Amino acid sequence: MLSVLRCNNVTMSYDGNTVFKDLNFEIHRGDYLCIVGENGSGKSTLMKGILGLRSASYGEFIFGDGLQQTEIGYLPQQTGIQKDFPASVWEVVLSGRLNKKKFLGFYNKEDKKIAWENMEKIGIPSLKKRCYRELSGGQQQRVLLARALCSAEKLILLDEPVVGLDPVATAQMYTIIKNLNQNDNMTVIMVSHDIISAVNYASHILHLSVSGEIFFGTTQEYQHSELGSRFLYHNCHCDDCEKHKLKHIHQSKP
Amino acid sequence: MDILSMFEHTFMIRALIIGIPVSLCASLLGVSLVLKRYSMIGDGLSHVGFGALAIASAFNLTPLPVAIPVVVISAFLLLRISENSKIKGDSAIALISSSALAIGVTVATLRNGMNTDISNYLFGSIVATSDFDAIWSVCLSGIVIILLRIFYNKIFAVTFDENFSKATGIKVNFYNTVIAILTALTVVLGMRIMGTLLISSLIIFPALSAMQVCKTFRQVIVTSAILSVICFFIGISVSYTAGTPVGASIVLANLTAFVIFTVVKNIVSH
Repeated sequence: MLSVLRCNNVTMSYDGNTVFKDLNFEIHRGDYLCIVGENGSGKSTLMKGILGLRSASYGEFIFGDGLQQTEIGYLPQQTGIQKDFPASVWEVVLSGRLNKKKFLGFYNKEDKKIAWENMEKIGIPSLKKRCYRELSGGQQQRVLLARALCSAEKLILLDEPVVGLDPVATAQMYTIIKNLNQNDNMTVIMVSHDIISAVNYASHILHLSVSGEIFFGTTQEYQHSELGSRFLYHNCHCDDCEKHKLKHIHQSKP
Repeated sequence: MDILSMFEHTFMIRALIIGIPVSLCASLLGVSLVLKRYSMIGDGLSHVGFGALAIASAFNLTPLPVAIPVVVISAFLLLRISENSKIKGDSAIALISSSALAIGVTVATLRNGMNTDISNYLFGSIVATSDFDAIWSVCLSGIVIILLRIFYNKIFAVTFDENFSKATGIKVNFYNTVIAILTALTVVLGMRIMGTLLISSLIIFPALSAMQVCKTFRQVIVTSAILSVICFFIGISVSYTAGTPVGASIVLANLTAFVIFTVVKNIVSH
């Protein structure tokens, strides 16, 4: 099967310091990848690399299956500017279509149709005329997700999509993302701090750590891996996990 | 004094021909600048413009051809500074604007002493403008409005979310540069009437007032454009009839509008 995105021996640095080295992974159509790890482990840097906002110091990101880098549906974290931004939901969602425009940025019928369909998919048609700044955090996040879908062909990239949301809105957001992944065969890459949900929903996990250890594999494999068993604090007693625990205990002895 | 009589004077007609397009452009650009937290750039540019104009007048050069390139180049630099997070953008702007003001005043005083030219550049004047200024103003405003119309949706996207725009392949730096250059041109043209110290209000006030009540970006753009022209007209009429300084009168008209809009917003939301 052709991969949607292949990360080929990528090394990236930030302010002159190497954040991660020789990273290799590959995702296919319909995969749901969660990128987890401590603060400063390079999650954001990697995300910027995938989006082309920052270049890799070594290696490359290869897009396949007919995907262009500018066709990634990106859900960024909210900025302070947006909190009091006077714009209607419709204006925001529609702006996701601009990556299809070369020079002039005028919308046609098709753009409007796609924007409307995506709003229906996310369940926000009733918000069309509302002012963005007057919405709740969860609603705003869904508007931005609809915008991301407008520019996405096959892959969406979500940066901490549930940060700051209440438990109900968080659950809704995860359900919407799961449905996009399962019903529309949308490939999902999510950067997340919420490791429990990551393991619940994702098909693959990429774990970056400050120490430079990297795990990439299916969620199943991750749960019994060394990084996974240490990070999840679960009560698995399979041979592998017991071994990791023992090793960890010996390491942390003075 | 009869308000209608102000249309009998050539200098008043010229002031309107210069001022209405300039206030239109300033308010349109202002929406994006205010939302992007770049409003101080207008202020910085006007001080640089003052420095350039003062030097030009000290050496008896035509003001606009000197000021325009200088201010456009400064616009580039100011934008680079505010993109570079290691230097704090606001202090850098304050640094540049006070230095430019100081250089302008010093050079002008050494050549001719503090004369009316300098005072006009600082506080604005209707009579100081020339036909040359009027032609420039109309042409440049035309360009600003056409460019803003063409790039409207992209400018919206870049203003709302720079990272998303970058990721989806919009040339964010290009649009930021376009906005900065257009602002530079508007500032240089407007400061003849409004004065260095007051021109940035033409950029900030209408957008801020419109944002109080408007719910969509389009509404904000349209409202601030209309508001800006109306306030300019009221300001200049008051200045003509009551003999108040023109730039200050326009600012006060804008301030009144801002207060009204804020009150309306608070009444509506309660």
